[in-house]
Amino acid sequence: MTQVIDALAKACEVRPAEPEDAVQGVGAAYVAAPATVTEAGELMRAAAEHRLTVVPRGAGTKLHWGAPPERCDLIVETRRLGRLIEHTAGDLVVKAEAGLPLEKLQEAVSGTRQQLALDALVPGATVGGTLATATAGPRRLLYGSARDLLIGITVVRADGVVAHAGGKVVKNVAGYDLGKLFTGSRGTLGLITEAAFRLHPLPQASAYVSATVADAAAALELTRALRRSSLVPSAIEVDGPDPITVTVLLEGFAGGVPARAEAARDLIGGRITEEPPGWWGRLPDGEVLAEVRAAPSKLTAVFQEAPAHVRGSAGRGVWHVGLPAGDAEQALDRLRRHGSAVVLSAPDGTALDRWGPVPALALMRRVKDQFDPEHRLSPGRFAGGI
Amino acid sequence: MGDVSTAGLDGLAERLRVVAGAGNVITDPAELRTYECDGLTYHRATPGIVVLPDSAEQIAEIVRACTAEGVPYIARGSGTGLSGGALPRTDGVLIVTSRMRRILEIDIDDERAVVEPGVINLDVTKAVRSQGYYYAPDPSSQQICSIGGNVAENSGGAHCLKYGFTVNHVLACEVVTPDGEIVEISEAPGYDLLGAFVGSEGTLGITTKITVRLTRLPEKVETLLAAFDTIESAGEAVSAIISAGVVPAAIEMMDALSIEAAEAAVACDYPPGAGAVLVVELDGPTAEVDHQFAQVKELCDAAFEIRVAADDTERALIWRGRKSAFAAVGRISPDYIVQDGVIPRTALPEVLARIDELSGDSGVRVANVFHAGDGNLHPLVLFDDAVPGAAERAEMVSGQILDLCIEHGGSITGEHGVGVDKAKHMPRMFTEEDLDTMQMVRCAFDPAGLCNPGKVYPTPRLCGEVPGRRTGVHPLVESGKADLF
Ligand SMILES: Cc1cc2nc3c(=O)[nH]c(=O)nc-3n(C[C@H](O)[C@H](O)[C@H](O)COP(=O)(O)OP(=O)(O)OC[C@H]3O[C@@H](n4cnc5c(N)ncnc54)[C@H](O)[C@@H]3O)c2cc1C
Repeated sequence: MTQVIDALAKACEVRPAEPEDAVQGVGAAYVAAPATVTEAGELMRAAAEHRLTVVPRGAGTKLHWGAPPERCDLIVETRRLGRLIEHTAGDLVVKAEAGLPLEKLQEAVSGTRQQLALDALVPGATVGGTLATATAGPRRLLYGSARDLLIGITVVRADGVVAHAGGKVVKNVAGYDLGKLFTGSRGTLGLITEAAFRLHPLPQASAYVSATVADAAAALELTRALRRSSLVPSAIEVDGPDPITVTVLLEGFAGGVPARAEAARDLIGGRITEEPPGWWGRLPDGEVLAEVRAAPSKLTAVFQEAPAHVRGSAGRGVWHVGLPAGDAEQALDRLRRHGSAVVLSAPDGTALDRWGPVPALALMRRVKDQFDPEHRLSPGRFAGGI
Repeated sequence: MGDVSTAGLDGLAERLRVVAGAGNVITDPAELRTYECDGLTYHRATPGIVVLPDSAEQIAEIVRACTAEGVPYIARGSGTGLSGGALPRTDGVLIVTSRMRRILEIDIDDERAVVEPGVINLDVTKAVRSQGYYYAPDPSSQQICSIGGNVAENSGGAHCLKYGFTVNHVLACEVVTPDGEIVEISEAPGYDLLGAFVGSEGTLGITTKITVRLTRLPEKVETLLAAFDTIESAGEAVSAIISAGVVPAAIEMMDALSIEAAEAAVACDYPPGAGAVLVVELDGPTAEVDHQFAQVKELCDAAFEIRVAADDTERALIWRGRKSAFAAVGRISPDYIVQDGVIPRTALPEVLARIDELSGDSGVRVANVFHAGDGNLHPLVLFDDAVPGAAERAEMVSGQILDLCIEHGGSITGEHGVGVDKAKHMPRMFTEEDLDTMQMVRCAFDPAGLCNPGKVYPTPRLCGEVPGRRTGVHPLVESGKADLF
């Protein structure tokens, strides 16, 4: 024990874990907080030498997502990896360390009227945590999700080797795009330490148009009309079922947005506001939280199969549903007839098929075996028990 | 195992005839030579066997047959690649997708289409345009290149500044893995294998069916051509546009030499005497476009002439010069190299000045055409192969331009890929560890290293004990003329 902690301490700041460091009830032994990428590499190498299982932790806002780890010897915090490395406004590019809270990044780039066009679904989330969980909010419709905005990544492998992919230019096809592979990998392939993103200009103005409808079929009609329009909405969200609201976001120059908002209201009715509805860009409540992906036209089916709260991008076909624990298993089965449904979080001890069918799982296992042959990184938290 | 000569492929050819039909397997040397190179013609190798399958199942069987014999195989779409990605091997099988050109499904309601890999890029747009949609990625080669090739190269186009690259428009791929399995990969659930596959240059498997996203046609499009005295003032206009928060659909720049070439080739009638021209296109909702277009015109006030396209015909005229630029330099130089590098856009003035110096010092002429909005340069390095040493000098200048890109924190390729051509430059952009880590993905997909070997990475990573592994002969690489296109 002291021998291990001494070895880790050679790499960076480390302390014995406290009970509240437990990950979904699985107690940890050590918590380490590297302050540089080099320290992170040394730490991971020391962890490898002592065969420690490792769970990365950002702000901890989504640490309860996924299955509990089989074991968790070492928590690697990105708290001290919180620097904004560079913001080159003229290139619309920002590079930051993984522990930087997304809000801080937004604040820093907003000075030049720029933004990372990615909504932090969970307040307080860090850059690394957002990538590792592939979270994205309403504006994924226009701007894509984390993977689409990421242009470069630095990771520390299970064996402590530091590796980069991509770069800091928006257009680049040299080498495999490891950034996308790591986006959504939930700490099972390596530790994300740095990321570079493309930025967008902040719009001069934005307007929300919200309409409440009688049922899911009516909601689908509205979202269809919006998608078919030439209004180029930044987001088309739906929230329901009591009541079902369709809200569309229009962004652009100050002189153009009002006319587009009027046109959107002509299409769907309802009212125009400057501020989003209270639920906008937040996850729905519910004991079991799942992410459902299906074709946009499956909107009615999603409402029908999920006896609970549904919220998400009707434009892209990515919804979050909050299910009561008792009904969750059956609801998930039904939802999976229309697309995929992955459980993000569930009360401790809930037995659930969290992933459902995962095509290409065999290939994913082989990817895992390459990156983490000893299965020490967040073991058991991912699809197929990876 | 020792080397397998072409003759050693006879048994495999027989097997492939059973799989794909006798008429779809080519072994005649003269016919094979049709496939000896892609768009990068100075790398050539006559393939051992060419097979033209018609289905994913056939491709899976072909891959299994190759794997069983330890024979490398390479996919080829339309053969327009510019990095030698589809360069065949004399000891290998070339799997050509040109018979797989069916658009399988168009779903306007869900804004997607499912296509076979051989489908020509522009044909997707043609199939949906009447319904108000199009397929956004638009490489200049879009009239001939295939969607399968686009996926492999993560191709971009003039409009990717605003709309993104192939990877942002592909929702799923059916892939024949090097195991000979047919699997569907997408962004989720599980690892984003799709994100790793797109842009992997045919080294992780062969895609047999692609689900692409369709984009709503914009309400309004405005295009202008602005002619500047100097390339510097054109560059300043680009910076001004970007800093004003405008995201044009495209901003393209051409320098005097490339304008001269375009003029000679297609008589595009650009304003005479320009040191550089910008083509700027805006699209979107009318109100937005009108406002931004007025802004862009103001920001181009240093231009001595601005032409605005009044309709689609005039728009096509403006684009004609730009789109023909690569081919056009053939009019002013017997031979040339099309380079593809990226720099942070703000480094443009400095890098252009350095390219100028390089050109001056070496006496090698360089015509500059580029996607100015995202810093993707396409310097065309001109030479005359008939002059002893000229090709070498051109090659040197071309390499030095890549050095400049790396020096300024850019990339050795923005859209044409690494292929066989730039594998040697990879270690200058990435560390040994970076390349090793990338190839861990390769080892997961293709541990035997038979799927398009020798591309992208200069040194293959050993994937551990793999039964049946054999080291093949090095592809026959000839240096030759770099004309065409
Ligand atoms: C005049 C000209 C202009 C060009 N302009 C652009 C441009 O603007 N932007 C741009 O990005 N590129 C451009 N290119 C390059 C080229 O057109 C693209 O790279 C294109 O995507 C290649 O498609 P292809 O069908 O010709 O592929 P090929 O050249 O046949 O193959 C390219 C690569 O894809 C692999 N491949 C092919 N099919 C499959 C499959 N089904 N599954 C897996 N791998 C496969 C091959 O093995 C090879 O590695 C241009 C080329 C030319 C000649």
